[in-house]
Order: sequence, then structure tokens, then C-alpha cells
Amino acid sequence: MASILTNLFDGVAYGMLLFVLACGLAVTLGLMNFVNLAHGAFAMAGGYICAVLVNNSGWPFFAALPLAFVGSAVIGIALERTLYRHLYSRSHLDQVLFSIGLVFMSVAAVDYIMGSSRVFIKLPAALEGQIDLFGVGIGRYRLMIVVICGLLTLALQLILAKTRFGSRLRAAVDDPRAAIGLGINVPQVFAFTFAFGCGLAGLGGALSAEILGLDPYFPLKFMIYFLIVVTVGGSSSITGPFLASLLLGIADVAGKYYVPKVGPFVIYTVMIVILLWRPNGLFGRTAAR
Amino acid sequence: MTIALETRNLEKSFGGLRVTRDLSLKVMQGARHALIGPNGAGKTTVINQLTGVLTPNSGRILLEGHDITGLSVHRRVLRGLSRTFQINQLYADLTPLETIGLAVSERMGRGGDWWRRMGTRDDVNAEIAEILSRFHLLDVMTELTSTLPYGKQRLLEIAVAIAAKPRVLLLDEPAAGVPESERHDILAAVAALPRDVTVLLIEHDMDLVFSFADRISVLVNGGLLTEGAPDDVARDAQVRAVYLGEAADA
Amino acid sequence: MTALSDVSTHAMAIARWRISEVAFWVLALACAFLFPSRYLIMTDIVRLGLFALSLDLILGYAGIVSLGHAAFFGVGAYSAGLLALHGIINEPVIALVAAGLVAAVLGFLTSFLVIRGVDLTRLMVTLGIALLLEALAERFSDITGGTDGLQGIEMQPILGLFAFDMFGRTGLFYSLVVLFILFLLARRVVHSPFGLSLRAIKNNPLRAAAIGVPVNRRLIAIYTLAAFYAGIAGALFTQTTALASLDVFSFERSADLMLVLVIGGTGYLYGGLIGAVVFKMLQELFQSITPQYWLFWIGLVLVVIVMVGRARIHRFVLFVPNLIIRQLAGRKAAVAVPESDAS
Repeated sequence: MASILTNLFDGVAYGMLLFVLACGLAVTLGLMNFVNLAHGAFAMAGGYICAVLVNNSGWPFFAALPLAFVGSAVIGIALERTLYRHLYSRSHLDQVLFSIGLVFMSVAAVDYIMGSSRVFIKLPAALEGQIDLFGVGIGRYRLMIVVICGLLTLALQLILAKTRFGSRLRAAVDDPRAAIGLGINVPQVFAFTFAFGCGLAGLGGALSAEILGLDPYFPLKFMIYFLIVVTVGGSSSITGPFLASLLLGIADVAGKYYVPKVGPFVIYTVMIVILLWRPNGLFGRTAAR
Repeated sequence: MTIALETRNLEKSFGGLRVTRDLSLKVMQGARHALIGPNGAGKTTVINQLTGVLTPNSGRILLEGHDITGLSVHRRVLRGLSRTFQINQLYADLTPLETIGLAVSERMGRGGDWWRRMGTRDDVNAEIAEILSRFHLLDVMTELTSTLPYGKQRLLEIAVAIAAKPRVLLLDEPAAGVPESERHDILAAVAALPRDVTVLLIEHDMDLVFSFADRISVLVNGGLLTEGAPDDVARDAQVRAVYLGEAADA
Repeated sequence: MTALSDVSTHAMAIARWRISEVAFWVLALACAFLFPSRYLIMTDIVRLGLFALSLDLILGYAGIVSLGHAAFFGVGAYSAGLLALHGIINEPVIALVAAGLVAAVLGFLTSFLVIRGVDLTRLMVTLGIALLLEALAERFSDITGGTDGLQGIEMQPILGLFAFDMFGRTGLFYSLVVLFILFLLARRVVHSPFGLSLRAIKNNPLRAAAIGVPVNRRLIAIYTLAAFYAGIAGALFTQTTALASLDVFSFERSADLMLVLVIGGTGYLYGGLIGAVVFKMLQELFQSITPQYWLFWIGLVLVVIVMVGRARIHRFVLFVPNLIIRQLAGRKAAVAVPESDAS
């Protein structure tokens, strides 16, 4: 019983991490209908920034996390302004080719600079080990992830629901043409959101180094996971991707623990079935476009 | 006279919005029937249900007495119902020769031939040649469709629908967007359609409707307002109020 | 009637063999004789060309974007490997066809998943299927050999006459013959009414259905045929290298394939073949500069091609090659690669 709850908690932590990693992608896809397979590269960038700061420069872990966010966001906005924005109106094939190209470049570049082996980030002692909660063993690190990602999710929800920027963003997602008509600067909203999404991915990348492992092949290995979150969750709100992330996280942890040999098999199968059943995602808009 | 195309109590809603309301329509064999109505009356939705792009929520569609409500788009075409589009739906990278050739091949049931090269069947070629020359497309038959002038594209749009040899043809605003200089060709092509083809014309242009149609149905808010001979419809006070009045304003 | 003869002449003109096409194949054959020290890489190019030809059938002609075409390559590779390893079918040509058929069956079954939905769904589903097969192959490592791959495959002589030699001479000529035969078949198919209907579907599925084209049935047919081709390419890989390992399913293989086709241009059959030559030459070049990091250069090439614009690349940067391409494609249009494909 206790091990089930521990696994459930691990799954929730993993799912929330996936959400932070992938929610930027949901916006990219929902807002500009852009297929960005390179989203994981921004997560990897954040992870390596954090690793270098902590391991080589001796920064405290919690001080390095915001910089992972900022660093990835800066890289994101630089690429958005120079490259991505030219491709919004192109075919999906072009977008796919372009972003695969970026993934390949990032993989080889990181391999060249940082080496190909897995990188570990030195964690503060406070985050190591488990605490015992009503007989259920809970990893401290995972508890921190749940807290941080939970707060971030709440903050995102508040930003989207309450702020002026949030309402502009929602308007732009719902109907870009109408939003432009209302005087909303959609390209600007998008550039900012893109950068913010990359920042979140970077933060997620830093947090996930301990759990998912950080090496140059990170963007390729987890590409499918991010895509699952977005396509299964739909891109019309953040609730959909959030629920999809939790489902995926719990299913993946449970799969690896209880049926280790067919774990990935189950996930891909479920993804294909869901996509066939609801092509716009489990929680997506159902109306025909 | 027999009924070529009929709808019985057709209903279609999008969300809470009823866009087709209890529509029962009869188009007689050989008729030149026009379906008119102000913008937003639901004319295109009706066409999409007739051709199978949309499925009605309830009600039936009959083609020459056979229920076709559940048939897919391409099967209705093979049954003899074809259409033109209000906005050209052509193959940008294909030539008129290929476009018409494909339509003729499909109608003859040879579209799935994967071993035979195009142009090797004389019966297909003869029909392609006949249609291309009837629609004045012979001289441009090897040009890419995307490079043709708009009037020629509009002719091709009608020619493709004819190549399917329909017994019932749905014309969705055939003259829409055609410059005045090329308009005559389009109107002549429409007027020259063989009499045994039943035509349902969806149109905004009242001149075209009254010169072409022998029967008119008026659609308002998804339902049938009135129906009758052109003179009667033109005199109808209701129609004048909701439709012609608005057209005069526009 | 002059219009009639005009129509049949023009309709048949597209499918007529051009001198440039004959020259292409003569040149290919000549290379096989001229560079005896390069058999292995030339075999590699031929296999890749066949694989790219397969993708061209669905991407270039039918407009289906696939991120997981390696699935069929992998199934063909393992099928051929297992048939040879367990001595089920010893004659390579029969085994080749059998492996292709296995891939075709898989293609047929999965085509029902792929024809539904929009681009993004198709990307995900094709990618998912390839990953799923990779996971399966890893899971059943007692059959597939897991990460080590199939070991100890020994190939019997082709048709009982031509033994595979250590220099790869037999392998090259064998691959070349297979490629040529399958190319002829593909050429027939794309110039038939069936092939024309695929181009119509890619251009405008709405209109294709409105003239009576059974869109789904045609897509299923071409997807199955493409899977057959990819399966044959995979089987050739196993037969000529005596290897089959998990990486036959890898995403990188599917992605590289897209690059091959994009380099050569889609929708005229020779794109995959020309792309394969250029790709392998680039690979040789980059690997001699930075052996470990050639992925970077591949990525860069992809990004540059897309940023400059695929059509523009083919129009300007490859001006001379494009003249050849136009000869081979035989289109009146200046551009063999429409910018808008698969949108």
C-alpha cells in the first residue's frame, strides 16, 4: 500500500515536471499552430546552465534555478526573433524539418562542449533522502518539485485568468485574426510567450536533471513525451496539458515499476489510441476547425 | 415529371445554432432551380449536406428516389451528383488536361488503374477533348492551373464538375468574382449546359437568377421562406421585404 | 479530330522517357563499373535512394508527412535477417520480396491510423508507431538480439548463382537491379490515373472527393506500397551488410530520410536518388572534418534549406542541378518542388 502511494507521488512529481517542461510547447502550438520539435533543446540548455553554475562555479542550487530560466528564455527570444518568426506561415513539413535541424545542432553542439556522458547537478544536502509522511516514503527532491511546479502552475493559471497579458494571450489563441482586429500586437505577445515557455522549459530541464537524466540526447529522448502532453492535452487551455502531464507521469512511473518490460509500449499505444479517438486531444476543442 | 433531388425535413445545428431548419426541397428532373437567400441564410450548409461534406442531424436526402443521406462524398458523385465551388477548388500543380483527365477516368471507374499510363484510352481521350473544347480550355490544357487567368480557372471549375457527367449539378455562385470582361464566357457555359442535366443554382446575383431559373426557392435563417416560379417569387411581398429589400441596400 | 490527337499526345508526353533519364541510369551503371573500390558506399547510396523513393511516394505524391518511415525499413530489415538466420527462406530474392510483403502488411494495417486526422496527428502517429516497434524489438530481445542486433547472418547466393563477395560487388549490382526494377514500377504507378489521383488529393482533397476520387482508399493503397518499398530497402540493408540492429527503427533514420528527400526535391521520383548521392557525399565530407559531430552539420543543412526556402534552393543554389532535375521531371513548370507541399 505504502509503495503504491510512493509511486503515485513519484508519478505526480514526474507529471508536474513534464508539465513545466512542455507547457511552453502547448502555447507555441496553440497560438501559432507551429510544430516545434526543438522544444526539448531549450530544456536541455536550462539543465546545462544550472549544471555549470552549480558544479563549476559553486553557485547554490536554488540560485542557479532562476538563471536556468533566464538563460533559456534569452536563447528562446533570440531564436524566435531571428529564425522562428519567419516560419509561422510555412507548411508543417518545413516547420518539422527546421526544428529537427535545430535539435540535431543542439545535440551535437552540447556533445562537443560538454561531452556525451550524463551530467549530475550537485544537490544541497537538504534535498537528499526521504521523509516519512504517515508511513509513506516521500523523496525530498520530489517533494520540492511538486511544490515548485505546483506553485508555477497556480501562477500560470492566475496570469492567464487575471492579468491583462493573460486575456490578450487567450484572445490571440482563440482567434488570432480577431485579436489583431482588436489591436492586440499578436507577434509581440507570441514572442514574449515563446520566451517565457522556453524559460519554463529551461527551469524544467534544470529540475529534471536529477530525475530524467541530463545528457546531449535529452531533446531527442523526451521529444515524444512533450508532444504527447501537448497533443493528448490539447492546446486550447493549460488545464488540458496539465492533466495530460499528470496522467503521463503516473502511467510512466507505474508502467516502469509494475510492468518494466512493456512500459514504453503501453504509453505509445495509449497515445495512438487517444489521438485516433480525439484528434484534437483528450481535453481539446471538439468543434471542427 | 420525376423528382431529381429531394430533401426531407433536413436539420443541421452547430452547437446551439440551427443553420438548417426543417428544410424540404424538391428539384424536378431537368429543372433550372435556383436557391437564393441573404448572406448567412445557410445556403452553403445546405450544399455541404447535399454533397456529403456535412452530415445532417436529422432528415433525409434523396437522389432520383434513392436515399443518399449516408453516402460518402465520392459515392454521391458516382451516383450522378456533382458540384462546383463558390471559391475555386482546383489543383494548383495540375494542368487542365490532367484535371479533366482524372475526372473522366474516375467517372469511367478507371481512376484506380495503376498500371496503365494516362492518355492510352481513346474513349477517355475523346471525352477529355470534347470537354476541353466545349469550355475553351484546349489552348491552355498543358499550362499549370495556378498560372491560368481567373476566368479560365472559373471555366475549369465548371468543366470539372461536368466531366463527372452529373445528372444533377449544383452550381455554387458560378459567376462569383469573375471580371466583367470574362463574365460572358461563364454565363454562356452555364446557359449551354445540356437540358437533361438538372441544375440547382445557388446565387446572389439576381440578374443571373432571373434570366436562368425556371423555379426559385428562398432560404431565410435556414428554413424555406417561399418557393415558386420566378415571377411569383419576385412579386412575393415577404421576399421583397426580407431579401430583395436587403439586396437593394447592399 | 485534331483536338483528340492533341489530347492523347500531351497526356502521354508526361510519361515518355527522356534522354536525361536514360543518361541518369547509364551513369549510375557506369559508376558501378568505374569505382570498384567504392562498392560499399555506392551500395549504401542505392539503399538510401530506394528508401527515399519510398518516402517520396507518400510525401511527394500524396502529401503525407511521416516522422516514422523507419518503422517499415526496420521491419523489412529484421524480417530479412530472421528469414536468413533461421534458414526459413534461403534464397535472397524471395526473402527480399517476403520481407517487403511483411512491411506492406504493417503499412496496410497502420494506414488506417495515418489517413485520419491532420498533419500533426499524422506526425505523432507515424512517430509513435516507429517508437513502438523499437520498444517491441527491445522487449523481445531473445528474437531480435536486443541492442546487439542479429548476429551471424549468412547470406546464400542470389538465385543460387551469385554469391555475396567480401568487396560488396555482388551486393552493389544486386541493389542496383532491385532499385531499377522498383523504380520502373513506381514510374508506372505515378504516371497512371491512380498516380494522378494522388497528386490531386495532395493538391486539394476536398475537390478530389468532389469528382469521385475515393480519397481514403487511394491513400491506403499508396501508403501500403510505400511501406513495401521501405521494407525492401530495409531487407537490402540486412542482406548486403549481414546486420540488423535496433537502430533500424531510430528517429534519426526517419529524420535523415526527410533530409535526403528535401535535398533532392519531392514529387518527381529522382529526388530521393539524387538526394541520396548528395547526402552521402555530404556525410563523407563532414565525417572527415569532425567524425563525431556530423549531426551538427546535418542539422545546419536542414535549417539552412528551410530558412532559404526549399523551392528557392532548388531554383538558385542548385541552378545547374535543377536544369537536370527539370529534364528528369519533365514538367513544364520551372519548379520541381512546390513550396506548399504537405501544408
